[in-house]
Amino acid sequence: MSLHPEYSGNYIYKWTALPPMKLSGLEPLVVSADVNFINIGERTNVTGSKKFLRLIKEGSFEEALDVARNQVEGGAQIIDINMDEGLLDGVESIKKFLNLIAAEPDISRVPVMIDSSKWEIIEAGLQCIQGKGVVNSISLKSGEEEFIFQAKKIKQYGAAVIIMAFDENGQADTYKRRIDICKRSYDILVEKVNFPKQDIIFDPNIFPVATGIEEHNNNAMDFFLATRWIRENLPGAHVSGGVSNVSFSFRGNNAVREAMHSAFLYHAINEGMDMGIVNPTMLEVYDSIPKDLLDKVEDVLLNRRDDATERLLDFAESVKGESKKEDKVLEWRAFSLEKKIEHALVKGITEFIEEDTEEARINSAKPLEVIEGPLMSGMNVVGDLFGSGKMFLPQVVKSARVMKKAVAYLTPFIEKEKGGGKVQSNGKIIMATVKGDVHDIGKNIVGVVLGCNNFEIIDLGVMVPANKIIDAAVQENADIIGLSGLITPSLDEMIDVAREMTKRKVHLPLLIGGATTSKVHTAVKIEQELTGSQAVHVLDASRSVTVVNSLLGDKKLNYQNEIKQDYQRIRDQYVGRNKQKPFLSIKKARENRLQLQWENYSPVVPLKMGIHLIDKLDLNILSNYIDWTPFFLTWELHGRFPKLLKDKVIGEEATNLYADATQMLSKIINEGWLEAKAVYGFWKANSTAKDEINIYDSDDKLLAVSQSLRQQNKKATGTFNLSLSDYIAPEASKKEDYIGAFAVTAGLKIEKKITEFEEALDDYNSILLKALADRLAEAAAEYLHEKVRKEYWGYSKNEKFDNQELIREKYKGIRPAPGYPACPDHTEKQTIFKLLNVTQLTGISLTESLAMLPAASVSGWYFAHPEAKYFGLGKIKMDQVEDIAKRKGVSLDQMKKWLSPNIID
Amino acid sequence: MKKSIEDVVKDRILILDGAMGTMIQQYSLSEEDFRKEWFEEHNQPLKGNNDLLSLTRPDIIKAIHRAYFEAGADIVETNTFSGTSIAQADYALEKYAYEINFHGAKIAAEVAAEFSANEPDKPRYVAGSIGPTNRTSSISPDVNDPGYRNVTFDELNLAYQQQIKGLIEGGSDLLLIETIFDTLNAKAALFAIQEVFNELNTKLPVMVSGTITDASGRTLTGQTTEAFLVSLSHYSLFSIGLNCALGADDMRPYLKTLSKRSEFLTSAHPNAGLPNEFGEYDETPEMMVAQIKKFLDDGLINIVGGCCGTTPDHIRAIAAIAKDYSPRKLKNN
Repeated sequence: MSLHPEYSGNYIYKWTALPPMKLSGLEPLVVSADVNFINIGERTNVTGSKKFLRLIKEGSFEEALDVARNQVEGGAQIIDINMDEGLLDGVESIKKFLNLIAAEPDISRVPVMIDSSKWEIIEAGLQCIQGKGVVNSISLKSGEEEFIFQAKKIKQYGAAVIIMAFDENGQADTYKRRIDICKRSYDILVEKVNFPKQDIIFDPNIFPVATGIEEHNNNAMDFFLATRWIRENLPGAHVSGGVSNVSFSFRGNNAVREAMHSAFLYHAINEGMDMGIVNPTMLEVYDSIPKDLLDKVEDVLLNRRDDATERLLDFAESVKGESKKEDKVLEWRAFSLEKKIEHALVKGITEFIEEDTEEARINSAKPLEVIEGPLMSGMNVVGDLFGSGKMFLPQVVKSARVMKKAVAYLTPFIEKEKGGGKVQSNGKIIMATVKGDVHDIGKNIVGVVLGCNNFEIIDLGVMVPANKIIDAAVQENADIIGLSGLITPSLDEMIDVAREMTKRKVHLPLLIGGATTSKVHTAVKIEQELTGSQAVHVLDASRSVTVVNSLLGDKKLNYQNEIKQDYQRIRDQYVGRNKQKPFLSIKKARENRLQLQWENYSPVVPLKMGIHLIDKLDLNILSNYIDWTPFFLTWELHGRFPKLLKDKVIGEEATNLYADATQMLSKIINEGWLEAKAVYGFWKANSTAKDEINIYDSDDKLLAVSQSLRQQNKKATGTFNLSLSDYIAPEASKKEDYIGAFAVTAGLKIEKKITEFEEALDDYNSILLKALADRLAEAAAEYLHEKVRKEYWGYSKNEKFDNQELIREKYKGIRPAPGYPACPDHTEKQTIFKLLNVTQLTGISLTESLAMLPAASVSGWYFAHPEAKYFGLGKIKMDQVEDIAKRKGVSLDQMKKWLSPNIID
Repeated sequence: MKKSIEDVVKDRILILDGAMGTMIQQYSLSEEDFRKEWFEEHNQPLKGNNDLLSLTRPDIIKAIHRAYFEAGADIVETNTFSGTSIAQADYALEKYAYEINFHGAKIAAEVAAEFSANEPDKPRYVAGSIGPTNRTSSISPDVNDPGYRNVTFDELNLAYQQQIKGLIEGGSDLLLIETIFDTLNAKAALFAIQEVFNELNTKLPVMVSGTITDASGRTLTGQTTEAFLVSLSHYSLFSIGLNCALGADDMRPYLKTLSKRSEFLTSAHPNAGLPNEFGEYDETPEMMVAQIKKFLDDGLINIVGGCCGTTPDHIRAIAAIAKDYSPRKLKNN
């Protein structure tokens, strides 16, 4: 909802027809229509930062550069540089500083904003930057002539420009004046200077509120309204501003200031402000501003009541000094050394850990004692808190990062000591993702959690064959083997590992985990292959510690017996369950097929027949299509997004995780950490009486046959035994129908960053990145499907759904993926890959178990019929397995292997 | 009036010439050749200052231009790569900057006119070559003082203005800012171009060509190819491309980026491979063409030629293959 009385509904202010504003440092920054907000660092400003002013005055340029570097590392996408101070030689200072920045690639990778009210300083700055920067700012203050002269020069130097809402009569202080001046400036720039529209940024003046002066009460509202008006009416133009100004009256009260900045930004961004000068450490998360404070702050910002200022001032007295950051930091730094280390571990703070570890090392007789002493007891606290549900997975992974850093710091000292020894761990665990499978997020999380509990983890990585796993277990003298896998063929690989373990008499407990694994499968298929030891299914990372402790503890025999009994019970039930359910022969099932009315149906001809590659999907756009709920599930935070952010128990942690995720997401996007590609295609198609979909090229040459499976469980009257082929017009109907297929990936280039994180012992960010890549791949599939429905196939041109509706699958037509319930047959991926030439066009490949590599990939079919619905195949009978083996021309054994989880026996 | 290059470039891939230095070497010139009639009394050795030959041995430079036109080049570059007062200061010849550029353009234009007259269907063009100078405005020459610069934007701007004026008044059809290893230098050249255009009330198409120094994919001053493109896109360029430092194969990934992102025409004039231990370029025309073919197959370019180590034979081979391909299509923005 807009605050603006003249606008309602969905706004079209992003002017997508114009090219985006493009800026550059050493790297490009593209401010496209979909960019929500560009963060401009403000600390390198002598008027805003006393520290920076002092450093420049003293000539401490090294430290001044650190200020700039910290901002970039802290997420500033542009850095604002201001040297406007009476006692400084502004021209020389800006030249010097910009020249120094040019020699620092980690700073100069972002574009520069040259901030000055003096033209000679601006021009001096423009002469020092090789990238495309931004001038902040010029205005009509001294009349049109000067304005035009400066704008022309800026254009000639090649920079974007911020225009202040300021004219010959002074600074704009009402809504009307703001929009009048901006409009006038815009018209001059466009008509007389021919300035690129997308490179124009307006600063419609953020003025303080709650000053006690009545005329100031509407200051924030006027800014909001003007922002909306500019974005709606001045094509291409952006809106920026210096946010901290708004809270000027509350200097010294950071709690109120932080809340006010967040609330202001929240509303300003809603109205279309897409850039801003912000101090990220002076921001509170909007959703975590206490309700009572937020209400009073918004009363002021939105000018909702006459006594808003007084009420906030009164309230401000009560929250004074509750600022969240620096004060508290100091507080815990005063703890005892042990407590400091514990605090750092529990809170996941890496900043001081080396310093603290060093202090502990000096105090200890041996470096090893630091690990066995304070670090271990700190991790025990983490373990206890996690075990009792007071800490959550993302926090534990952060704790592990701190622990690893400390251990890495100590390792050289330990190695230097003669006979320094080794930390006594609680046990050694071999972990691996099985052969043919590439998914490892879950495995890595379990590894981290167990590592936190002082188990030594030997992680063999992904696609590990059985004998290599067992070799490692023997060589390392391991206590437990843990297997992970996500796709169904991995289930068979796990059985294979169990079999090999028995054969080679390696009698170790076997942990089974991963999305397709289950207690039932472990009990029915795996446990029985493993003699002499115990297989245990581990539902999630938080259970892994209990399971491993029980398996290795004093009462391990009791525990194993309990498991054995439990699994026996499951097997009995399982056999009973399948006996009770009636199934149809494939012939009978086909007789009960879904018969759509084809006579009156005219299939929509896809607008873009044939194969099409999208070589680079815009991650920025994809980010709007992310379904966050499964992301939180990865971290074992259960609940629907965004509601879970406010959950009483996990809300805070979910919010923190979400903040980390969105921050990383913007880096992924802006720094090109990942690359996403898609390939899709449409062809003529008809179904046959044998559940086949024949796929033809434009000359009616048969290209491929998709072999669909059909439900075989007995259905109630009036419901049908479904097969995907039912959604395609049968040959007999004489209708020309169509099918589509796609493959997308968002995991290209991921290895580089993952390696960086792993080298920095940073599991948290490594897992976070993989989880985000997965989400982006799903988002890419969702986005592409929408494009397909609306444009590429174009059978649903006028649909309009928001992301939530997309997640709830409200759209017409389906995109079932091989390996998922509607078509669990992974071998259909081979058909899709061949049809679309996926590997060559996108770089996605299939492993021997038909997992897609990169793991963050999705492939599937498109069906456009309005009746097409997702369904689960359920169990099928052997007669259909035989039938499809014959149809596919593969051996029955092979087909049985691929479909084993779906076959009733 | 010959057909404008803006029209011709729509129909086909244009061929740029090859190396000047490699060709001059073959004449085994002596100090005398660099002084003839112009600098007989000059108090410094001048051998190696190739740009002077446009004044002292125009016959040789014209012969080289001719050789390239005969090989099939549509565009030759003037012999003015180091023709700024800044670069000429090394020889204490900064005063002659205008003459070098004026005559460099004039003799090239004369040869082009001969060819255009003989083959009206294949008009020939002269690109005024603007090199990077031997100084860089983004990097300090003193490692201990990273904030220091031995050239400023204004100094570059003025030196470039003088060079550009000479090139335009000598008869160039277009301007080519090339071998850009410091984007700020190139921005100064673009700034200067606009100043001169305003002053002379004229306008020529402007080509820019950057140099990616190694496999890092960045310019010497650290910019990625895309950042390089963004930093120069404020001017409505005729083309943007890459030249020097790399052979064609090594250049290809960065050319792809340009081709994908640029709203301007694209150009490439790679070296004949990488220099061997004697500083010579070994890539034969056949070897080079095999690599250029990949540019063509992928539809990456509108203008193609050669840089260090290339000869009329290389250009002939490139022209022969390029004529079978259609030029890269511009995005309709």
